[in-house]
Amino acid sequence: MDATPITTPRKSATFDDYTLSEIRRAAATGIYDIRGGGAKRKLPNFDDLLFLGASMSRYPLEGYREKCETDVWLGTRFAENPIHLKIPVTIAGMSFGSLSAQAKESLGRGASKMGTSTTTGDGGMTEEERGHSSILVYQLLPSRYGMNPDDLRRADAIEVSLVKARSPAGGGMLLGQKISDRVAQMRTLPKGIDQRSACRHPDWTGPDDLEIKIEELREITDWKKPIYIKVGASRPYYDTALAVKAGADVVVLDGMQGGTAATQEVFIEHIGLPLLGAIRPAVQALQDLGMHRKVQLIVSGGIRTGADVAKALALGADAVSVGTAALVAIGDNDPALEEEYQRLGTTAGAYDDWHEGKCPAGISTQTPELAARLDPALGGRRLANYLAVLTLEAQTIARACGKSHVHNLEPEDLVALSVEAAAMAQVPLAGTKWIPGVTGA
Amino acid sequence: MPEVDLGITPLRELNGTLHNLPADTNETHWIVDNPAGRHAIAAGLDAPLKVEINGPVGYYCAGMNKLATVQVHGSAGVGVAENMMSGFVHVSGDASQAAGATGRGGLLRVDGNASSRCGISMKGIDIVVKGSVGHMSAFMAQAGNLIVFGDAGDALGDSIYEARLFVRGNVKSLGADCIEKAMRDEHKAAVHDILTRAGINGQIDPSEFKRYGSARKLYNFNVDNAGAY
Repeated sequence: MDATPITTPRKSATFDDYTLSEIRRAAATGIYDIRGGGAKRKLPNFDDLLFLGASMSRYPLEGYREKCETDVWLGTRFAENPIHLKIPVTIAGMSFGSLSAQAKESLGRGASKMGTSTTTGDGGMTEEERGHSSILVYQLLPSRYGMNPDDLRRADAIEVSLVKARSPAGGGMLLGQKISDRVAQMRTLPKGIDQRSACRHPDWTGPDDLEIKIEELREITDWKKPIYIKVGASRPYYDTALAVKAGADVVVLDGMQGGTAATQEVFIEHIGLPLLGAIRPAVQALQDLGMHRKVQLIVSGGIRTGADVAKALALGADAVSVGTAALVAIGDNDPALEEEYQRLGTTAGAYDDWHEGKCPAGISTQTPELAARLDPALGGRRLANYLAVLTLEAQTIARACGKSHVHNLEPEDLVALSVEAAAMAQVPLAGTKWIPGVTGA
Repeated sequence: MPEVDLGITPLRELNGTLHNLPADTNETHWIVDNPAGRHAIAAGLDAPLKVEINGPVGYYCAGMNKLATVQVHGSAGVGVAENMMSGFVHVSGDASQAAGATGRGGLLRVDGNASSRCGISMKGIDIVVKGSVGHMSAFMAQAGNLIVFGDAGDALGDSIYEARLFVRGNVKSLGADCIEKAMRDEHKAAVHDILTRAGINGQIDPSEFKRYGSARKLYNFNVDNAGAY
């Protein structure tokens, strides 16, 4: 007689392998997981949007023949010297400290070659990034590490950031391994300690105070510099409206898929909004105030391709920022380094312990031997190539939609593949006129 | 000496003028009248000027000051001398919250009281308060000296790094990782030096102060210390 058939062992969808391993890790260590990178779980994103392209009612532009402009002005509201970018893609704020000097230089070289900006981070401005960034945005962060009026004056714009490590309210941490002599000196801290980045600014609370703070920054810089306010995507309508009220020239909105610095896994995965659901409320706030295109909107958080760029612009943004993708472009998580990633207990594509300073690619490290592996000239060239592809792809889509400037893309060019994406992006579900929450069934 | 009436002259014009004086100017002593609580007066100075302000000022007076001496004959709003790099700021009245916040150098003297978060995240500035300071003063203070003639409110020096705190009166409570430390001769000498620079030496014996600083137990994260936060 045959043996009784055995049911195939079945793992829980709720308690999957990752969840089980995290429970075991927590039980062994008693501390939450800290890592870099943005949310890794599947979130509604731009993949669920499609462009309609031209048809009988819309005429496409000829690729390689008819112009499709990509430039963007930032800071036209109040600043005497607004910024003019050649492409609508900027480099997000990432600190020297979290990144090596070579990585910062690579970002500066690549961005400058493409006529766009880079951004400092929590740790001040280095000579490498100022020297190699033709347009540099200087962040004013809660910690004020490295903040000084000389750098404020030699920046091209100032970004008052309410975000740290993709943490709309959580602050950040730079572990002692990365507090080298130079980082310690720039941050006025003892070498080797865990450096905490504060979650609140020390000298203002709330939008009314922020308005006065911005007035101070304008007075110090004689009203010449554009001033950005960067917020995490949590309440984008009200945060954008309040940023406008506080006097921002530019609002930077950071969705939860982005983030490069270290913070708690639970924070990264469970706080904030995916960018897809954040852009339209922010644009609506600008439109309600009559400030759309007058106060520019930069969005970030999971931008990967030119299609993502085009979709963000079509939803009403003026430009996007890339952080994680820029690091990948210069060599982060390269499969060529698989053996070394394996030695760190991970694999290429999954490495996210950027705070530990052991980055084999020489990017998220302060160890001289590791940092020396990154050739800034090569890194810069790779970033420029990547930015060029993003721009070409966005132009290709814009031309297909009949637009002579990428800013002419509009929500009417888009449809959604899922009900969730239709509701978040406020565009119709493909093949219907239905926009959940906006139009009837 | 030039005298500017802020009831007539726009603030932007005053600050712009002070920022753009030639290096060899003879106009190094300025009087500002009718400040009426305006914000950011004398912010961003970058020259060895003396600016006297006759009346109360709003937020961020002398913010990010370098080299200049700014004297406020009155009280100051939030963030006076915030992120000061060098120079001397003297408030004859009281100061609101976050006085000297994140200051990296120079000397701030407040003759009255300073409100909460005085010296928050200070990074090298010296602050002398002849009155008392409010709660959370010297929060995350990294470097520099805070000298308080009166009392300190709750959670003094919470999460402090390497700043030194000297309080003559009572401390309502100490924040996480802040402890009382021995007041040795070197610390008395430091207090004496700062008071001399502030122009108030001789009024108080440095040995009357108690010293507070970091226990350095929270410098590297340890889950066993989680209850301290």
